[in-house]
Amino acid sequence: MSPPRFRPGQPVRVKAWFPPGHCRTPFYTRGKRGRILDLVDVEPDPEERAYGRPGLPAVPVWRVVFDQHELWPDYRGPAQDRVVVGIFEPWLEPVEEAG
Amino acid sequence: MRRHHDMGGLPAGPVERTEHEHAPWEKKVDAILRLLVAEKVMTLDELRRGIEELGPGAYDELSYFERWIRSIANILLEKGVITVHELATAIEAARARRAAAEACPKTVPAP
Amino acid sequence: MSHDPDHDHQGLDHEDHDHPPGQRHPFQPDLEDGPYTWHMALTDAIEQLLLAKGILRPEQIRRTLEDIDSKSPALGARLVARAWVDPAFKARLLADVNAAAAELGIDAGPIPIRAVECRPGEHHVVVCTLCSCYPRLLLGAAPDWYKARAYRSRVVREPRAVLAEFGLELGPEVAVVVHDSTAELRFMVLPERPAGTEGWDEERLAALVTRDCLIGVARPTVPSA
Repeated sequence: MSPPRFRPGQPVRVKAWFPPGHCRTPFYTRGKRGRILDLVDVEPDPEERAYGRPGLPAVPVWRVVFDQHELWPDYRGPAQDRVVVGIFEPWLEPVEEAG
Repeated sequence: MRRHHDMGGLPAGPVERTEHEHAPWEKKVDAILRLLVAEKVMTLDELRRGIEELGPGAYDELSYFERWIRSIANILLEKGVITVHELATAIEAARARRAAAEACPKTVPAP
Repeated sequence: MSHDPDHDHQGLDHEDHDHPPGQRHPFQPDLEDGPYTWHMALTDAIEQLLLAKGILRPEQIRRTLEDIDSKSPALGARLVARAWVDPAFKARLLADVNAAAAELGIDAGPIPIRAVECRPGEHHVVVCTLCSCYPRLLLGAAPDWYKARAYRSRVVREPRAVLAEFGLELGPEVAVVVHDSTAELRFMVLPERPAGTEGWDEERLAALVTRDCLIGVARPTVPSA
């Protein structure tokens, strides 16, 4: 297992991947920017386990905070409304701090 | 591609606040799944994948635990834990047991 | 043909038919008097095959059914009430729900549960948009609506509208934080202790905490005197 790549507060983007098959990355987060909240755990990869394989090495899972306005451009609530989603590390890439 | 189960953000109507007490057969499905996971016969990820692969029609038409037992059956078949032949025979036997129980006549009047 | 609910087995032999070895009538007339569906037969068939193959044992199934029946939102309510009266316990609950539950003799199961704390200006609500993840090893079964399309689809996109449908109107001064359970981590909401409960004991406090409060679609309220 490689060491976790991210740190709390770090801006990240969910990869805009659209593979067939089982995964645990909600469609509505794909390609969206968020911030790392914390490391949940290191877990066997569900994309492998779903097909009867062990899913090892285990994969870090991060809680990522998304602003509602990032997820839904037409969101009508206050700017501080947000969604927290557990995302498996291979789906995340670092992005530059917002200017 | 978006799979049918991945429904966060899709348009939908009001939340109908339905509830029901789980029937004994539903609890049995739950118990079987928990034990198969604990005994490492299958994983929750396989259960989920099996539910997703029932397809949109079945996902919407079947009840929650109907989806579960269908997925469990398919995963157990896939893994060779059970065979189609065994399952067919066992379903027939289960129906026969139920029919025999239902045929049990009323032998005393209610008090 | 339905099974007559008045049918009384006490002290009677069923000479006219056989029950499977070691079993009484395998269903409860009051709850399963409806038709025996194909999926019920499939369930019984899989159970029988797993028993016959020695993969599962009958006592395991019995014990698991008892465990399922032993879990309820009341256990979560006890944790919340203790956290309200004991700040040190609250800190431990926020760090590790499963360990804090064990302190009270409650088995919250092997899947980690995280408590998310409502504060003035911040409300938390839980969903699983991908399936139906829920801290059921602590709180028991999730309600049907939690597992259904409308809640799963809408609460991540228009949480305020969904909460309003549950009777919880939140002003713009309160941030709404939605937790989507996608990994091996479950969430329970630690609600704010309502005003007017000063001096209440834990039992009385726990009675205010409903299942919906633990999901975050309701807040504990003090019944008006």
